Amino acid sequence: METKYLTEFYHLPEFKNLDGYRKNGGYIQLTKALLMQPQAIIDEVKASGLRGRGGAGFSTGMKWGFLPKNNEPRYLLCNADEGEPGTFKDRMMMEKAPHQLIEGMIISAFAIGSKKSYIYVRGEYEESITTLLTAIQEAYKAGLLGKNILGSGFDHDMDVYRGAGAYICGEETGMISSLEGLKGQPKLKPPFPAVQGFLKKPTIVNNVETLAAVKYILRDGAQGYRKYGTEKSAGTKLFSLSGNVNKPGNYEVPLAYPLKDMINILGGGIKNGKKLKAVIPGGSSAPVMTAEEVERATLDYECLAQMGTMLGSGAIIVIDDSKCMVECLANLTHFYRHESCGQCTPCREGTGWLEKIVHSILSGNGRMEDIDLLIKVADNMKGKTICALSDAAALPVLSFVTKFRDEFEYFVQHGKSKVKGTAYKTPNYIADKGHAHA
Amino acid sequence: MFQLSSEAKQQVLNELKRYESKQSAVLPALYIGQKENQGYISPDVIKALSVLMEIPESQINEVFTFYTMYNKEKVGKHHIQICRTLSCMLVGAQELTEHLCKELNVKLGEVTRDGKFTVTEAECLGSCGTAPMMQVTSLDSDKYYENLTPESAMNIVRAMK
Repeated sequence: METKYLTEFYHLPEFKNLDGYRKNGGYIQLTKALLMQPQAIIDEVKASGLRGRGGAGFSTGMKWGFLPKNNEPRYLLCNADEGEPGTFKDRMMMEKAPHQLIEGMIISAFAIGSKKSYIYVRGEYEESITTLLTAIQEAYKAGLLGKNILGSGFDHDMDVYRGAGAYICGEETGMISSLEGLKGQPKLKPPFPAVQGFLKKPTIVNNVETLAAVKYILRDGAQGYRKYGTEKSAGTKLFSLSGNVNKPGNYEVPLAYPLKDMINILGGGIKNGKKLKAVIPGGSSAPVMTAEEVERATLDYECLAQMGTMLGSGAIIVIDDSKCMVECLANLTHFYRHESCGQCTPCREGTGWLEKIVHSILSGNGRMEDIDLLIKVADNMKGKTICALSDAAALPVLSFVTKFRDEFEYFVQHGKSKVKGTAYKTPNYIADKGHAHA
Repeated sequence: MFQLSSEAKQQVLNELKRYESKQSAVLPALYIGQKENQGYISPDVIKALSVLMEIPESQINEVFTFYTMYNKEKVGKHHIQICRTLSCMLVGAQELTEHLCKELNVKLGEVTRDGKFTVTEAECLGSCGTAPMMQVTSLDSDKYYENLTPESAMNIVRAMK
């Protein structure tokens, strides 16, 4: 069963509007928060154990704590550039409950002392953008945004910024570059955005789901929030389930929920009577798991890390046993090459080589040594660049090749897929076209 | 030579005032320019924006070429973008693309002879639970069509004027 904590009222169409949102408890926590000491809110968030829901899983309260202790202007930036393949939870949150995010953002902004916030939404999410802009207008009219919010003396302005199609802008420093009207290239850290971010001012970047959760921490207190999940993975999380399951969709469950139940119970099992072969548990950058590993896995940061993969953004991609793993990996290598920003050599060149080598195997021209070459190239891409895109490109390769090596070897030896028994069908895209951004 | 309409000029000027930094207006301004120029950005558009915004062409140009939602070449009146990334591929995105290209008699990236359609592939569009899907960008709308079959997609496309 789902635990509808953040998503309790998502079935109500009226929850999208200010009136409907207020009827269901909306903005009560904001009123409460504005009477609190900002530091008390930060402490509560820290005590709740809330971790960033965008992918990195870093403690939200701790991130806020990195801000300099002075009166320098600072920004709150909501990361709504949802682009990790397999992830579609933020889109639902923005379209069904824009005020939930806005309330969470005003509370967070008050806590960190920010007078201006932006929601950076990926350019393709036209409906999310329109919905948010309407909701922000409603909030201004009701005195929930602008000068002297609800008579508290706290001023805050909020706006939406539309991205223009670049996965890398989901990386927080890439997002800041983009918001500054530049190429979305990440910046070297330190300095971290909390010290030097948007326009060189302290900036806190948090995911949509993270900011939406803040209000619930205030409502139920840190201990109440901890009713769900585990000590280190507290609270509920939205998981985006996709691929070869009967009922794909977003599901909210407490962290540490069994992965197999997510697939078999909530997801209704594998489609078309097929068997489970593999699962990518945390967005395409997370190492793939075998069906046997899935049996033992729970959906929390610790368990998945122990198993050599990660919870990431909570995007679970299910692959059935009729699918060819060489083909699946080829699809992902193309993605990473396309999305590399081209700034760092190991990533720019490495993503290109990974794509070329996998496609060479697929086209029937692979050599046995190419399999180890893939591992070697991927190894050389890890931990060597400004941001984590290079690692994100390397990890799927290493896990696919290691765990499903037989399929790669078969393809090299026979020039056709072990699973499908057929030679590779040329993809529509041009595998060697290069980077879109570099 | 391309010129921005007075309405578009006003929109760009508003964007210039909207953010803390003037440069932040470049991304929104490119969207405005693209809309004014039938869905793509030519060197003339960059020139016009540069003059109006008082930002060097080179600076606008490097932003333009970085992002995929700004079209580098002319596209059809309806730009059909089919998501090709893993979740969509697993449930038939490739077949969807092939069917649309065949029925419309175009290769990926080409404009149909009547100027109405362009089919391209896009990277993950965040509609993985409702895959396969396509996004259709027309002059005044941008819409997701989800849970498609090759046939249902073609029916949607045929109904477009």
